[in-house]
Amino acid sequence: MDRWFVILATLCYFAALLRTIWLIRADTYRQLGFNAVAMASGFAFQTAFLTMRGHAIGRCPITNLFEVLVFLAWSIALIYLAIGPTYRLSLMGAFTAPLVFAVQSVALMLPIDSAHPPQLTVNRWLEFHASISMIAYGAFALACVAGAMYLVQERQLKTHQLHKVFSNLPPLPNLFSAMTRLLWLGFGLYTAGLASGFLTGEPLPHLKIVLAVAIWVIYGVILVARYARAATPKRVAAFSIFAFTAAVTLLWSIEFTAQRSLHR
Amino acid sequence: MNLFCVGLNHRTANVETRELFAGHAESAHELKERGVCSEVLLLATCNRVEIYGAASDEIATDSIVRSLRGNVAADEAIDGDIFYRHDGLACTEHLFRVAAGLDSMVVGETEILGQTKQAYERARQMGSAGPILHRVFQRAFRVAKQVRSRTDITRGSVSVGSVAVDLAEKIFGDLRGRKVLLVGAGDMSEKTARALHSRGCTELRVTNRSADRATELAAQFGGRAVSFEQWTTECRDIDILISSTSADDPFLTQEILSPLVAHRINQPLFIIDIAVPRDVAPDVNELDGVYLYDIDSLQAIAEQSLALRRQAVAQGEAIVAEHVAAFRDELARFISRGFSEGNCREKPAIAASLRVSES
Repeated sequence: MDRWFVILATLCYFAALLRTIWLIRADTYRQLGFNAVAMASGFAFQTAFLTMRGHAIGRCPITNLFEVLVFLAWSIALIYLAIGPTYRLSLMGAFTAPLVFAVQSVALMLPIDSAHPPQLTVNRWLEFHASISMIAYGAFALACVAGAMYLVQERQLKTHQLHKVFSNLPPLPNLFSAMTRLLWLGFGLYTAGLASGFLTGEPLPHLKIVLAVAIWVIYGVILVARYARAATPKRVAAFSIFAFTAAVTLLWSIEFTAQRSLHR
Repeated sequence: MNLFCVGLNHRTANVETRELFAGHAESAHELKERGVCSEVLLLATCNRVEIYGAASDEIATDSIVRSLRGNVAADEAIDGDIFYRHDGLACTEHLFRVAAGLDSMVVGETEILGQTKQAYERARQMGSAGPILHRVFQRAFRVAKQVRSRTDITRGSVSVGSVAVDLAEKIFGDLRGRKVLLVGAGDMSEKTARALHSRGCTELRVTNRSADRATELAAQFGGRAVSFEQWTTECRDIDILISSTSADDPFLTQEILSPLVAHRINQPLFIIDIAVPRDVAPDVNELDGVYLYDIDSLQAIAEQSLALRRQAVAQGEAIVAEHVAAFRDELARFISRGFSEGNCREKPAIAASLRVSES
């Protein structure tokens, strides 16, 4: 039943995506009213799903891959709604909606909403670890979006091909600044999540620790390179996209491995 | 009562002729003082001089033109064909188009709306604008606002200078405190520098083969002149370079610039090459963080914006047509109500001025 909220949320993000495609095809972009409403509605439906599921299972709803992906999509929307207006990043919604739509579509299409083992007990540290890590992923996702926007804008300026729609993209320094702050936000949250993982009191799979630390190192290196001026903004943008892709792949591997071992 | 507009603009008269008629607000006001018109307003900008008026009798175009010519020397031969005239709803339609920037030399320019508002305010203060002009002009301001907000008519930059400024803002965000170097002191580079200066690029350096000219131009912007032999070293810390020399071959190449910008990790360099033949080799654009635009690329972007504006004209015209029709219907209802209540003397006058019948 609660799955319907995810379907409705996905439809909202799909509407935002369609609207953006339509505007691009019509070669016009009149901001942002429709997309903002669609994304806020999608966020409300996601929140409703997570609340209902959380009440039903009596814990934070990140107990299977389906819930993890919805929680990740919710985190991305949360960070977007929190920082989008603050930084006046026009068009960020147009870039974020497809990402959230893709994550939720995958969640809905795959048979990954497995039944919850009844004997699970609630470990507050484990819940904190998992949820804060997911929100960190949301910040990394938005850093990836800002990175993509930076690369599009940079490419436009280099090639002198200024597309009418993307002429609304923010200036390069604003995008770089937003990207850096999102990387810091994600890194801070992820560090807290990683540290709290060691306080759960439960045995942690060796592979999981290695992969989690690898993600932390990747983002750490990006931030060091950015502040040591060892990487140009363009490279930082490209690394943000690469790092998020790697992080999502690793997250998927971690959860997939965990679910398989649970069902064995 | 007749509402009319008589005037001349950039399409019908050259700038010398338009200059002769600009700025005669008093002569327009005299039309009211002499009882020729009950209401009158002069709209005079660099591209048009127009009189909007309402009068109980039909006034010949010649007498309006004579009042406009009041201060023009008698020996100046003026061709009568340079004046146009619009009456009734055609006059309102013309005004709506003017206020919306659809009739401007640079389509979609926004200055005209402010000038129209000022002209209306001046006429109101002088007591020469009454209820008829009030209604028509207030409606024109609404139309202009809608055309601007609902179409792309004002979008993009349409001159080389403003395109350069827009690009600089895309590259740097805030332009305040950005360092600009002018290589060569041509007219176009001066205009571009002026546009950048007005947006906050206050630190300006000028280099030129003629040191005197460089010093003179630098002084205009509160900047400093740089020796022509040593200007390349300035590329280490400037943000924007505007080049417009008469050199036969590109003198700024990738080989020269590459070592100078190698240390600039998060400091882009925007190069505006206005010279023909070009001063900067095209492969300079391949350097990381360097954005090179020559005159053709800047003009192409300006043309692109202008083309978009032209596309938006049809949408703007449709909005104007909607408003003209709505205005006519609104007045018809207004008159009908006025007649049935029999309590308004001015309504029939407004109706007649626009030739709106009760049916």
